[in-house]
Amino acid sequence: MGDHHHGPAKGVTRWLFTTNHKDIGTMYLWFSFAMFLLGGFFAMVIRAELFQPGMQLVEPAFFNQMTTLHGLIMVFGAIMPSFVGLANWLIPMMIGAPDMALPRMNNWSFWILPPAFLMLASTLFMEGGAPAFGWTFYAPLSTTYAPPSVTFFIFAIHILGVSSIMGSINIIATVMNMRAPGMTYMKMPLFVWTWLITAFLLVAVMPVLAGAVTMMLMDIHFGTSFFSAAGGGDPVLFQHIFWFFGHPEVYIIILPAFGVVSQIIPAFSRKPLFGYASMVYATASIAFLSFIVWAHHMYTVGMPVAGELFFMYATMLIAVPTGVKVFNWITTMWRGALSFETPMLFCIGFLVLFTLGGFTGLMLSIAPADFQYHDTYFVVAHFHYVMVAGAVFSMTAAIYYWLPKWCGRMYSESMGKTHFWISFIGFNITFFPQHFVGLAGMPRRIPDYALQFADFNMMSSIGAFIYGASQLLFLYNVIATIVAGKRVSEEKVWDGAEGLEWTVATPAPYHTFEEPPAVPKPAGTI
Amino acid sequence: MGRVFSTAALALFAPLAGAENQVNMSPGVTEIGANIFELHMLIMWICVVIGVLVFGAMFYSIYAHRQSKGHQASQFHESTRVEVAWTVVPFLILVAMAFPATSTLLEVYDNDASELDILITGYQWKWKYEYLDESGETVSFFSNLATPQEEIYNTRNKGENYLLEVDEPLVIPTNTKVRFLITANDVIHSWWVPEIAVKRDAIPGFINEAWTRVPEEGIYRGQCTELCGAYHGFMPVEVHAVSRDDFDNWIAAKRGIAAVQTALAEQTLSVDELMDQGKRVYGAACLACHGAGGEGGVGKAIAGSPVVLGDIAAHMALVANGVSGTAMQAFGAQLSAVDMAAVLTYQRNAFGNNTGDVVQPGDVTGAKNG
Repeated sequence: MGDHHHGPAKGVTRWLFTTNHKDIGTMYLWFSFAMFLLGGFFAMVIRAELFQPGMQLVEPAFFNQMTTLHGLIMVFGAIMPSFVGLANWLIPMMIGAPDMALPRMNNWSFWILPPAFLMLASTLFMEGGAPAFGWTFYAPLSTTYAPPSVTFFIFAIHILGVSSIMGSINIIATVMNMRAPGMTYMKMPLFVWTWLITAFLLVAVMPVLAGAVTMMLMDIHFGTSFFSAAGGGDPVLFQHIFWFFGHPEVYIIILPAFGVVSQIIPAFSRKPLFGYASMVYATASIAFLSFIVWAHHMYTVGMPVAGELFFMYATMLIAVPTGVKVFNWITTMWRGALSFETPMLFCIGFLVLFTLGGFTGLMLSIAPADFQYHDTYFVVAHFHYVMVAGAVFSMTAAIYYWLPKWCGRMYSESMGKTHFWISFIGFNITFFPQHFVGLAGMPRRIPDYALQFADFNMMSSIGAFIYGASQLLFLYNVIATIVAGKRVSEEKVWDGAEGLEWTVATPAPYHTFEEPPAVPKPAGTI
Repeated sequence: MGRVFSTAALALFAPLAGAENQVNMSPGVTEIGANIFELHMLIMWICVVIGVLVFGAMFYSIYAHRQSKGHQASQFHESTRVEVAWTVVPFLILVAMAFPATSTLLEVYDNDASELDILITGYQWKWKYEYLDESGETVSFFSNLATPQEEIYNTRNKGENYLLEVDEPLVIPTNTKVRFLITANDVIHSWWVPEIAVKRDAIPGFINEAWTRVPEEGIYRGQCTELCGAYHGFMPVEVHAVSRDDFDNWIAAKRGIAAVQTALAEQTLSVDELMDQGKRVYGAACLACHGAGGEGGVGKAIAGSPVVLGDIAAHMALVANGVSGTAMQAFGAQLSAVDMAAVLTYQRNAFGNNTGDVVQPGDVTGAKNG
């Protein structure tokens, strides 16, 4: 405090050369929001084309580019970096550390992201168009039959894999080495726990993804046949490798979201998180299971029946630790003193909608039933319930919850609540009918559809426009808060909030915990 | 304000009135389909019950335990007994679900003792059906989207089976265990007909198995369900289940047509015959990429193309062998000599190309053998 000569540098170099975890966290958050708007814009193009049967706005080939880029940008550009940004801001402040363990690497892991996404987006303007093979890029559609821009896509994936691995190593090093004295593992806030486990998942699976795209590169340019049966390879091998990465990947996205919800629900229930230890064990169990369920994305590829059974049973098991988490959250609320500020509303929205997504996930795990669900809009509805209402809702809750601490100004509560209700309603109008059309037989990733799906698709599109528009309100609210929000100065912005980040001044000074804090009480009572 | 909301509600739900909007999985017509449907409903209802209990508790808490009502927070925060209970009970529910799921899965995988084998090959963007027969007289044909471009591009009213209709459907006999051998020629496709509960990926270089036994005559429609390129949404599946007698007649007629085609390949056809046939072949094989007027699209333009206006042998070689690394497939194995001759003639004389060249089936077989 008061060390003004240690304050931020002036001008653009502050951001280019910064090693400050708060600056880097801020850049990650703004970058991910920009990507969220870009990926959202692509989604609007998709929903506009699907508003009515028949081709109206775009050609089928371009439609596929939109679905591909929408998925890639939302997963790798919006959700993942947003949680890394949150980790940067909060992990040092939650464990009483002055900064991340590897600050220069931290700078680098952010700054290689924008060029990677610029390159990915630039494929739209290349001859042959952008990648059009879906975010899952199954070979050989993504190798022999891909547009030339696929090489740029591979390079972009490599760079963002490097970025993720560096970010994860940094988080692991920070959590393991820089906890304040007395901050034992079982006292760490749950957000830190979920991120620690997520970081291990990332370090384990990003190299696998890098391997997959490298094999693609070899197949495309150097005459190998990893994924081509004609040369002795196997297209299904690609899917095994991809989903060995891809399934842990979905938990990489959702575990930090669990962490956020586990911080916010206790705060607005004014009651400690129920079952702290079981939450940690459940998170670890989910992480372990995520490595042995990948082929449930591939029930229809013609696996032997023993394989199908193994992956079905393992997948069903995930419902157990996930259920434990949901029960713990609800028991945390039980007999608390609840209030419903915007962060809490988004957490309750998360709880309801994520659980619905969990139910459809359980249905999808049943292999014989999956023969009817697979690659239909039922799957699209399922993963948007867990990705959007899960990850994005919890991220939104996090922004509303910690923004006053970050900038020392309070957001507009009425605008926040309006944002929640429009989001909640818009989201459900968009995605609930997609369960129906999926069950009725509409495949995913099609630019045009049979007439019996028309009404629900129109509904879905209207909902998507509402949900999309509500994000602009969010953007406005955040900017208005930073620029002209009502000042707050108490350290504990929320009366129920617990944890070290609420012991520093508001707004959080540029440097915090230059001296390690005394850790007050067991985190079991956070 | 109220009027704004009711208008919005009308705009949202008015389209729902009257139209048939299926909201659930169809049990279909097969025994397996019915079993899958029951499994689906069972698990859905289990989820509904759990959901009602869990959300019920949550909403009760939201209602009763609010700070604004002056509720004081208790501080309890753990109970091993409770944690064990809500780990074990869901586990037991899952075990109970696993039994019917396993038995249904084993039925799906029982490919033995089939009475008819059909090889299904996925192409960008059509299906090829081959009826395998020990006698060697294999009947084989392609099945293309029959919906005209005018309907897709909204210049004509859409028909009842928009995007779900083909030029030549797959015909199977009822009450017969039909085994499908499923593969692909280029990228991965997936062959799905919801009503007969068959979905299996078609993977180039590998052959997957699936089977069905359809008890009722009828027309069952489906689509490709694995993203396979630009026209993934435009390669439907249409299955006609007919009685055993009708099936035998149909397959005999198909063999007859094949024989006529073989005979035609020996003959010299008139320009009009070639042009008529060529237009049909173009519509089925070329149009999606090269455009109805030969103006190009995914593929290059046919109108004014140097290949089409140039040497006949080079033109034929390109169509027969494709262009590797592009979407241009090798049509040599897909088109009969008559179809190949017809489509080459058509391309060389339609769209203002007017070369006056005529390619005869004999030229095609000659090129193949020579």
